[in-house]
Amino acid sequence: MENRIFNKEMECMPRRELEALQLERLKSLVDYCERNSEFYSKRLAKAGVTADKIKSLSDIQYIPYTTKDDLRDTYPFGMISVPMEKIVRVHASSGTTGNPTVVAYTREDMENWSEQVARLAVAAGANAGTIVQICFGYGMFTGALGLHYGLEKIGAVVVPTSSGNTEKQLKFMRDFGTDAIVATPSYCMYLAEAARSMADKYPMEMYKLKYGILGSEGSTPEMRAEIEKHWGSGIFCTDNYGMSELNGPGMSGECMYRDGLHINEDHFLCETIDSASGDVLGKGETGELVVTNLTKRGLPMLRYRTKDITSINYDTCKCGRTSARMHKIIGRSDDMIKVRGVNVFPSQVESALIGMTEISPNYLIVLRRENYSDSMEVRVELIDSSLLDRYGELVALQKRIQDNIKNILGIAIKVSLVEPNSIERFTGKAKRVLDLRNQ
Amino acid sequence: MYIKQLSVFVENKDGRLAEITTIIANAGIDIRALSIADTTDFGILRLVVDKPYEAEDILKAAGLTVSLTDVIAIGIPDRPGGFAETITAVANKAVAVEYMYAFISREQDRAYLIMRVADNETAIAALRAQGCDLLDGESVYQL
Repeated sequence: MENRIFNKEMECMPRRELEALQLERLKSLVDYCERNSEFYSKRLAKAGVTADKIKSLSDIQYIPYTTKDDLRDTYPFGMISVPMEKIVRVHASSGTTGNPTVVAYTREDMENWSEQVARLAVAAGANAGTIVQICFGYGMFTGALGLHYGLEKIGAVVVPTSSGNTEKQLKFMRDFGTDAIVATPSYCMYLAEAARSMADKYPMEMYKLKYGILGSEGSTPEMRAEIEKHWGSGIFCTDNYGMSELNGPGMSGECMYRDGLHINEDHFLCETIDSASGDVLGKGETGELVVTNLTKRGLPMLRYRTKDITSINYDTCKCGRTSARMHKIIGRSDDMIKVRGVNVFPSQVESALIGMTEISPNYLIVLRRENYSDSMEVRVELIDSSLLDRYGELVALQKRIQDNIKNILGIAIKVSLVEPNSIERFTGKAKRVLDLRNQ
Repeated sequence: MYIKQLSVFVENKDGRLAEITTIIANAGIDIRALSIADTTDFGILRLVVDKPYEAEDILKAAGLTVSLTDVIAIGIPDRPGGFAETITAVANKAVAVEYMYAFISREQDRAYLIMRVADNETAIAALRAQGCDLLDGESVYQL
């Protein structure tokens, strides 16, 4: 894959200059919020923060955090900081618990968003003329339209198939010679599995996929390897990251070296903090990601608590970009499950499982309370029929998975082998945990 | 000298065995012999049927994990000691038996034994030397 950079000036800017630009943009954002946002002006005044008090980037720590609850409490338009005639787009999260969170964009915000996505799409391999199928659901969700505008900006051929209707997706892929797909890792995997199940009729050679632009949920290197192997078309998968509160996709994405996700730092100022205490952590330390959207004006975001756990690496990448790279999300501060007092992220279980050819990449964690103590069961689908001959091999497989997970988590768990396709598949974010402890 | 046996991975869930065998029944496939090994969580269903390849395809299409293995089938006299003599021949050659199951037939004085051994060649030679009646696939499928 060729190493291409969409905006060399911004993506490869010397760090000293970049930090100066961030500081200038941070001051201007705080000044803007004081003057235009009813929500932030009150909050900043209460904390005693004014733009002229921001003398260095570390002074950001005086600004209070913003949370998802703030967006819910001000539903729908309470945090919008421009007159409605300046807003050109509104998106919202699903709002499965309580009010949805609404975000809004000015025309300039849309421009910035497209620019951010364009950069990561190019880093992921897309270019003018690349035929890209967008298999994210269109609608209030920012994923599909975010990638859509960014890909159009670089001159890619956008095919907005949206999510679902797997057979149609595969037909277009074959007939159009689709080069790249935008999807969640689990849906990308599901499509590959579906393609394989129809390989008698439509051989896998009919698929030309070269780039998998994966987002909306994280993927482990193992899962990615599995996806690439399943397609067998030489597809190269990269992850990208974002959330509607921070425009949508476009905050960061991987380059061909896949050693962390490059942050669009001229737009996003990132910190990691201790979730429990709220203390800012040192550079490179693992904690909850907090992001300030430096250029957003329609609905500004100061020090937004993402609840995602990661660390940030500030070294220059082999690709030449000077932008900091965030580690793949290790987990959600609220996805984190506590089992017998130990912090467990589903992604840790995943990293222990995938790469094993005896089982499918799907799994389910089931938590129960037995005799006042937590028990954790991991269900995996047995697909290797060669193990059926010797009963002992199945037991040995079970034991091996159990040991792998124990090595990573430090706690004993139970592994259950289940039949293929018996664990539910998801087209959106996969649900990996079934918590029955309070039932 | 081998016969084809199906091994099917089965979760230990209510009605699952009924569902799987119904899939075979609906395809008009007849079961000749059957055995199940299980733990509390899962089991392996072993089947000898009249149309093993068809059964494999049908079960795979139904999404099950299935394998087809070569096993040895022998006819033994249905009298006290019939089994012991046969198994002694295999044991004397130090051939490990992975698993086996037996059933009696409609014929008088005759039983059948299906065995999966670690070393097929040696086992067959030992059984032949003992004068055992080794059955081929067709004769078992049509039993």
